[in-house]
Amino acid sequence: MKAFTYQRADSTAQAAAAAVKPGAKIIAGGTNLLDLMKLQVETPSNLVDINRLPLDKIEETPDGGLRIGTLVRNSDLAADPHVRQRYGVLSRALLAGASAQLRNKATTGGNLLQRTRCYYFYDVTKPCNKRSPGSGCAALAGFNRIHAVLGTSEHCIATHPSDMAVAMQALDAKVETVNRQGETKVIPIAEFYRLPGNTPEIETSLKSGEIITAVTLPPPPPGVQLYRKVRDRASYAFALVSVAAIVDTAHGRIRSARLAFGGLAHRPWRVAQAEQGLANTPANTATFNAAADAVLEGARGYVGNDFKIPLTRRTLHSVLAEITRT
Amino acid sequence: MEMNSPIGPNALDAQRIVGKPLDRVDGRLKVTGSARYAYEMQQENTLYGFVVEASIGKGRIVSIDTRAAEKAPGVELVLTHRNAPAQGTGNHRDAHPVLTGPQVTRYGQPVAFVVAESFEQARAAAYLVDVKYDRSNGKYALHSNLDKARVPNPSDAPAADSAVGDFARAFASAPVQLDVTYTTPLQSHAMMEPHATLAMWDGDNLILHTANQMLNQGQQVIATTLKIPVENIRLISPFIGGGFGGKLWVNADAILAAIAARQLKRPVKIALTRQQIFHVTTHRSDTIQRLRLGTDSEGRILAIGHDVFSGNLPSEQTYEGAALQTRTLYAGPNRLTQHRQVPLDIPVASSMRAPGEAVGLMALECAMDELAEKLNLDPIELRVRNEPSEDPEKHIPYSSRHLIPCMQEGARRFGWDKRNPKPGQVRDGRWLVGIGMAAATRGNPLLLSKANVRLDPDGTCIVRMAMTDIGTGTYTILAQIAAEMLGLPMERVKVELGDTIFPQAAGSGGSWGAGSSGSALFEACNALREKLARTAGMDPATARFANGSIASGDQSRKLTDLVGVGMDADGEIRPGRNNKDFSQQSYGAHFAEVGVDEDTGEVRVRRMLGVFTAGRVLNAKTARSQAIGGMVFGVGAALHEEMTLDPRFGYFVNHDLAEYHVPVHADIPDIDAVFLAELDDQSNPLKSKGIGELGICGAGASIANAIYNACGARIRDYPITLDKLLSRLPVRT
Ligand SMILES: Cc1cc2nc3c(=O)[nH]c(=O)nc-3n(C[C@H](O)[C@H](O)[C@H](O)COP(=O)(O)OP(=O)(O)OC[C@H]3O[C@@H](n4cnc5c(N)ncnc54)[C@H](O)[C@@H]3O)c2cc1C
Ligand code: SF4
Repeated sequence: MKAFTYQRADSTAQAAAAAVKPGAKIIAGGTNLLDLMKLQVETPSNLVDINRLPLDKIEETPDGGLRIGTLVRNSDLAADPHVRQRYGVLSRALLAGASAQLRNKATTGGNLLQRTRCYYFYDVTKPCNKRSPGSGCAALAGFNRIHAVLGTSEHCIATHPSDMAVAMQALDAKVETVNRQGETKVIPIAEFYRLPGNTPEIETSLKSGEIITAVTLPPPPPGVQLYRKVRDRASYAFALVSVAAIVDTAHGRIRSARLAFGGLAHRPWRVAQAEQGLANTPANTATFNAAADAVLEGARGYVGNDFKIPLTRRTLHSVLAEITRT
Repeated sequence: MEMNSPIGPNALDAQRIVGKPLDRVDGRLKVTGSARYAYEMQQENTLYGFVVEASIGKGRIVSIDTRAAEKAPGVELVLTHRNAPAQGTGNHRDAHPVLTGPQVTRYGQPVAFVVAESFEQARAAAYLVDVKYDRSNGKYALHSNLDKARVPNPSDAPAADSAVGDFARAFASAPVQLDVTYTTPLQSHAMMEPHATLAMWDGDNLILHTANQMLNQGQQVIATTLKIPVENIRLISPFIGGGFGGKLWVNADAILAAIAARQLKRPVKIALTRQQIFHVTTHRSDTIQRLRLGTDSEGRILAIGHDVFSGNLPSEQTYEGAALQTRTLYAGPNRLTQHRQVPLDIPVASSMRAPGEAVGLMALECAMDELAEKLNLDPIELRVRNEPSEDPEKHIPYSSRHLIPCMQEGARRFGWDKRNPKPGQVRDGRWLVGIGMAAATRGNPLLLSKANVRLDPDGTCIVRMAMTDIGTGTYTILAQIAAEMLGLPMERVKVELGDTIFPQAAGSGGSWGAGSSGSALFEACNALREKLARTAGMDPATARFANGSIASGDQSRKLTDLVGVGMDADGEIRPGRNNKDFSQQSYGAHFAEVGVDEDTGEVRVRRMLGVFTAGRVLNAKTARSQAIGGMVFGVGAALHEEMTLDPRFGYFVNHDLAEYHVPVHADIPDIDAVFLAELDDQSNPLKSKGIGELGICGAGASIANAIYNACGARIRDYPITLDKLLSRLPVRT
């Protein structure tokens, strides 16, 4: 950890003004940032603490949706009655993540912006384009069991590790931000995350100093919601593959479906074609298979993670079978 | 006392206190945080150190620029090979020299040590040390260097090879043959407390508060390394937050702190970070194990062969003794075991959680399961048919052996008769459900140990020895032994451990701790009883000790009236003829039920039971806890734990606890351990045998066998992660 200065923001505007300065970094729960600072993966010279800002409310929106302040803790969000009743997929995804202690600290915005768990990214003595652009990607021909099979580039094959973001992707969440000038912006989550391309160090569409204030959820679509996380141990492990599914079924036919995937790409993965293909089809192996084909279009393994391709197919089958049965 | 003859009836047999499921005497200290561990010791004027690790696997340091680090705030010293003192050398069990020169022999080797006024300053400055390397090609992966294998010859382990009869011929002509190869991965101890030391000098005398399992051994290693007399070194380690073998030997933290403290004339404290532990300290080698079993048509073993490859640094002789239990567990006239060690340029491989058996049984006990299926025999019946009447290689009797009752009692409790031997037949929703079993065995070593016990006029009994308690319950069982022997209530007994100013003790490791230290204390108590009896004018042979008094006939005297200003006695236990004339092991049987998700291949343990015999159980509660802990290790070994080597860099990629997976609570459901009554008259005066590591031995194999029973996939490459199962599960298209 490098020495840094610390300042507590009293207003969002003040935070944004401080955050835009070179070397500044927002700290929320700190559960990801501090770990990275200890290893000098992140070396901010000024920490801007936003924990005192009044951004910790969950409110219903006029359109029947929900507005979640960025400082709402993961455990509070998962336990919120509205979330549990109407956005079960989100509650489940949150509770499948990390551990109780971490969820008590972790915030909504921090969770969205948590960084990849790529082992090489975490070790400053190893080449990593995301941490040190141009140094190469050690994972490409290295140990890449947890890495991406979709949307990768020759510069980076890291995944986004969040569970929460996968559910939010399925729910068509929107990210609200504010910048130094006080201008607010609403970014659909589908446009929030970027693929690595040749700039894997740029992970989102946020501009320098832009601060997340809230995440809004539109009213949930009809159907059953389910979050399935496939992992190496029963708890406290990141997803190898996860699926957030919202499927509306009647009399053995699927009316509509939304599917988002974690563990597969640099961002939560959603394929419109797969969802459209499922709409108005009978719930059977053939349609599930077609959906899996559409999701995995262009998938490519890097040896260590080859298994994620059949695993995704099988998990999707399992999820669709379960969700259309209920 | 030397163990040369059977023990016969003795004062412990009453078991008024010994054996009871008493709470840990140090439990309150631990849960209230008042038990102080090495890093928590406070000393005025202390400096903090941080290690800089080599980031290459093999090569030379070309340059090392410490100027920025030296100028950084708070920094007092940057030690490198240029300013470190000359030190004694030897393998990792004899010496631990640090910063010896520009040569890098392994990843994570300390190349600099930064000492500053605060931990944060030391850590920040450590990142400023600029080391340039000239990398050379190292040999890192076990499986790709098998052609370089050699016969290891360590001074402190059994011979690498053993042979009885004519294995090759008997195997070739056996009516039923099994020839399978199992592999186990690189593993890290992953104990909770990191390696930590506070070092301080008082003139030429060194005091180290350090997390170390074997203090007297450690003293020796430090003396050799620092080239100072043993008497000048004091190691203090009353509490250790788990060791699992990772703290058996002296590690870099102790030596670096001692050297820096001497140069700076101030106390120096260091704790390795979690990430550093993986490379700076020891680990368990991966293994490649070939098992060949030949039987007659009834399943009686005619030939049994076990070949093992493991790796270590070229300068080390230690090997992973994975075939050692195969020399003694089952009958059979023709036998062959071989250990080969492959010199590799990765960190030192050493003892971890039942070295040998833990991974050896994961191969042998699965091979037995495979063999049972081949023979169409129940796995328990196969083992019963191969129960030996004496040690099949040494041709000596077993001191005690109750493997069959363990299997039978376990089968009864677990509902083994409900097992369908055909795999893949039982399901519960998405879960394919299976059960499996495996035998457990672990050697019962006895090591030289001494103890002192003292009775004060106020009625307090003080037990002292340089023994350690690494979280297993040693304090408690020692208090029980003293209380029982002297007829005192538990509250009167104070046990003081973890200091080399106390009588020499074996330390904690290899399942020898309770037997060795407890026997020394038993002897000391006997000596004190004799003194007390004599003082009271009673016959020591018939005097009874109870309620703080000594009684003989209708005479009774309070002990406090006899001790004057205090009375003490020493005791000692030494291994003897019994340790050569008897084959000594603890035994058990593991049963596991698992579910395998038929879609994702995720494996979850549903229940586990271990039934063990290990001589006298000294405390039913701590014994059960220890056994359960071992079984949890078994879950980790079967399903989770693996350090992944990146052969490009010669390092372990997943060197933190987010990615080096051990089981978490949710992985451990219904689990129980049971000890059957047994007394071993030949093992030691307590008639106990080692239980420290018994729980892990065979536990992983029972899970692997249950996985096979659940889904029909025999995975011979541990850990059994879902990627290995996927292609073996029902098709989904
Ligand atoms: C061992 C371990 C296991 C874990 N397992 C899982 C898991 O299984 N699934 C899972 O989803 N997650 C897991 N996590 C990750 C955890 O969810 C994240 O660490 C947490 O959500 C981050 O939230 P935070 O508030 O602590 O973020 P911080 O660490 O405070 O911040 C993270 C990043 O977000 C930025 N930031 C925070 N708030 C704002 C804001 N309002 N505006 C702009 N920038 C902001 C910070 O500058 C920083 O770059 C795990 C973490 C650990 C340590
Ligand atoms: S995958 Fe991305 S994060 Fe990982 S080493 Fe490559 S560039 Fe770095």
